[in-house]
Parts: sequence; structure tokens; C-alpha cells
Amino acid sequence: MFEAVYQYRDQLLHGLGMTLAVAIASFVIGFLIAAVLAPLAVYGGPFLRRAIMGYVALIRGLPELLVIFLIFYGGTVFMTKIAGRYIEVNALTAGIASLSIVAAAYLTEILRGALLSVAHGQWEGALSLGFRRPRAFLMIILPQMMLRALPGLGNQWLVVLKESALVSVVGLEELMRKSVVGAGATHQPLAFYLTAAALYIMVTGVSTLLLKAYEARLIPHMR
Amino acid sequence: MSLDLFLPAFLAVKNGFLLTVAITIASFALGQILALPLALGLTSTRQAIRVPVSTYTFLIRGSPLLVQLFIIYYGLGQIELVRNSFLWPVLRSPVYCAILAIGLNSAAYAAELLAGGIRQLPTGQWEAGRALGLHRTALLLKIILPQAYRSVLPAIGNELVLVMKGSTLASAVTVLEMTGAARVFVARSYAPFETFLIAGTIYLVMGAVFGRIFRFIEIKVAIPGR
Repeated sequence: MFEAVYQYRDQLLHGLGMTLAVAIASFVIGFLIAAVLAPLAVYGGPFLRRAIMGYVALIRGLPELLVIFLIFYGGTVFMTKIAGRYIEVNALTAGIASLSIVAAAYLTEILRGALLSVAHGQWEGALSLGFRRPRAFLMIILPQMMLRALPGLGNQWLVVLKESALVSVVGLEELMRKSVVGAGATHQPLAFYLTAAALYIMVTGVSTLLLKAYEARLIPHMR
Repeated sequence: MSLDLFLPAFLAVKNGFLLTVAITIASFALGQILALPLALGLTSTRQAIRVPVSTYTFLIRGSPLLVQLFIIYYGLGQIELVRNSFLWPVLRSPVYCAILAIGLNSAAYAAELLAGGIRQLPTGQWEAGRALGLHRTALLLKIILPQAYRSVLPAIGNELVLVMKGSTLASAVTVLEMTGAARVFVARSYAPFETFLIAGTIYLVMGAVFGRIFRFIEIKVAIPGR
């Protein structure tokens, strides 16, 4: 049963590479957006705060698959309208865009929570030592905030990795799509999907171990 | 975007609404029913029980729901034994497979939540129950579980929304629930914005209603004065 899978090993490994690339790109872009939004959601004016929280609530209430469809099909219509000729948004761009937009909302919430959990006295202490605000944020608040955000960030990485499988539905040639193709061609769906599941579990398992090891290495008294 | 497309888009999406609700509620119920024994397994002192259950939750939580759904829908049908068994009428249907896959998936997450709720109870609760001479079952039903469930109730409400979002994956195995119906209509009308906006709005409203229901239950079961 698994010989068929073995013949497709290069295809599956390519797919796995694409899965990792999409997941890493989406996580990094999502994180960068969240790194801007989270401080604004805490220190920004009331309008900005409400707008960011609205975005977070909106995305958290929408199914990820629907967001992917909206960006993939909507993106093509939108780009065609703007350019005046037919432009198709490819699955890779649409996938990374939608996963980033979704991840950004959850990561904003994680970073916001972590930022709020840093005691206000830390600000006062830093300012009374003569730190200017930007420097106090970078040197005093940010490290403590990142430490508290770490478990949440790790969790979200796993979520993004698993969500990347959804992009296969719009045809991106990542691990899931390659498995579908292999399963269809060889009539061995069970073997292919079990292999795909095993590969995902391997990546999530290794990620979990690395995160735990890293967390344990961080300054123990701050945990 | 054109306004004349909103009504036909709404009518198309509406057809999938009941299926979305049915899959969501059935999967959530299945998940919750399985979560209780799994959570007890996770908090068991016996390794022979704890290890298989935590392996199950590790495997389920480590892989995407879509793969699990494909294993159940496409994979199991490949086994002759399954095709000849009494389960085949269930496993042949994409809707039942979706409910089964989402339910089994949700069970693993819900079990970890509930196990967390059980673990965070002070050991004094167990000791006091035993000192009062309560039988293990009575101890669980009257002392441990009511407290554990109370503390994880908001997270269970969240899980219901996650199950609702997961129900969209049924569209990947040919089920025309709301997202599937929306996608079919988009292919026909070439109106992605109108269609997905309507579907998205319905999902948001559903999520808000689920949130309200759980808030109501939380208030109902809260211990007065605490």
C-alpha cells in the first residue's frame, strides 16, 4: 500500500517544503502586522483602538476557508477591475495573503494580552530612571512582553501550519494538494493521507519540542 | 459590487445554512460526548489509560482537520472490511463523515480543555469528597465535574465557534453547506464579493448567537456571590 507513496516521495517532500514556506511566510507577515497593531491597540487613541479590536473580532468570527475563498476569487475580480484586463491572483499569493490576515488578528490579540500583562510599574520605573518612552518600550517593556507572548506565539505557529492545508482547496501545490494528486492517481487515498498526517505531526511535534526547549532556556525567574 | 446580485447570492447561500447548522451542532455534540471520557483518561493516574488518550489528542491536534476528514472519507472506504461493515452507510455519506471527522477533532481539543479544568481544582476537593465517604462516581458527578465544567465553560463556547468554522471544510468533500453553496454560486455568477460577504455575515451572526447562548448558560450556572 505504501509503495505508491514511496514512488511519490519527491512530490510529497516538495509539497512539504511548500507547506513550510507558506506557513513561515504567513506567520512572519502576520507577526509583523500584529507587532504594529498590538501597541496601537493598547496605546492608540479610542478610534484606532476600536478599529483594531473590530478587525480582530471580525477575523476571529469568520471561517478561514471563507477568507481564503474571498481573497482568491475576490482578488482576481478586484485585480481585473483595477487593471482593466484579466489578472488571476495565484493560489500562493492568495494563500499567504489570507493566512497572514487571519494570523495577524490572532497574533495581535496575543501580543496585546502580553503587553497588558506587563505591570505599569515597569513603565514608571523605566521613566524614572531617565529612559525616554521609545527606549523604555524597546529595552524594558518589549522583552518582558515577548516572554509572556511566547507560548501564545508558539501555539499560533502550529495553527498557521495546520491552516496552510486549507490553501490546497484553491489548488496550491503544497503537501495536502500533492497527497490528493497522488491519492487520485494511484487509488491509494488511505496511504497518502496517513503519510500526509504523519508529516504534519512530525513538523508540529518538532516545533513543540523546540519551543519547549527554548522556553525552558529563557531566564527562569521570569517564567 | 452590484446590489442586484445580493438577493440571488443570499438565496443561494441560504440553501446551505441548515446544513451548516446541522453539521455544527452534531459535531459539537459528538465532540462534547467523547471529550468527557477522554478528559478523565487524560487526568487518570493509571499510565495504561493516560498514554493512549494523550497519544490520541497529540495526533489529532498535530495534524490538520482537512487531512483527518480525507482519511475518514476517502481513506477508510478503501478498506474492504469497512465497506462490508454495518458502518458503511455512515462512512459512505460525506455529511456523516464530516460530522465524524469534526466531532473526533473537537473531542481532542475539548478533552484537553476539560482536563485542564479538572487539573486546576485543588486536591483538597478530591480529599474532602473522599473523606465524606463519597463513591468515585458520586465524587466526580457532584464535586469535580460541576466545578471543572464551570471553569471551562467560556472555552467550550469558543470551541463551538471553532466547530462552526470547521464545518466549512465539509465543502471539500462535496457537501454543499454554506461555504460550498457560496462557492458554487460564485462559479456561476462570478460575484465573489457579494456572495462571500453574505456568507461571512451569516457566520458572524451565528458566532454571536452562540456566544450569547454560552454567556446565558454561564450566568445561569454561576455560583451566586462568587
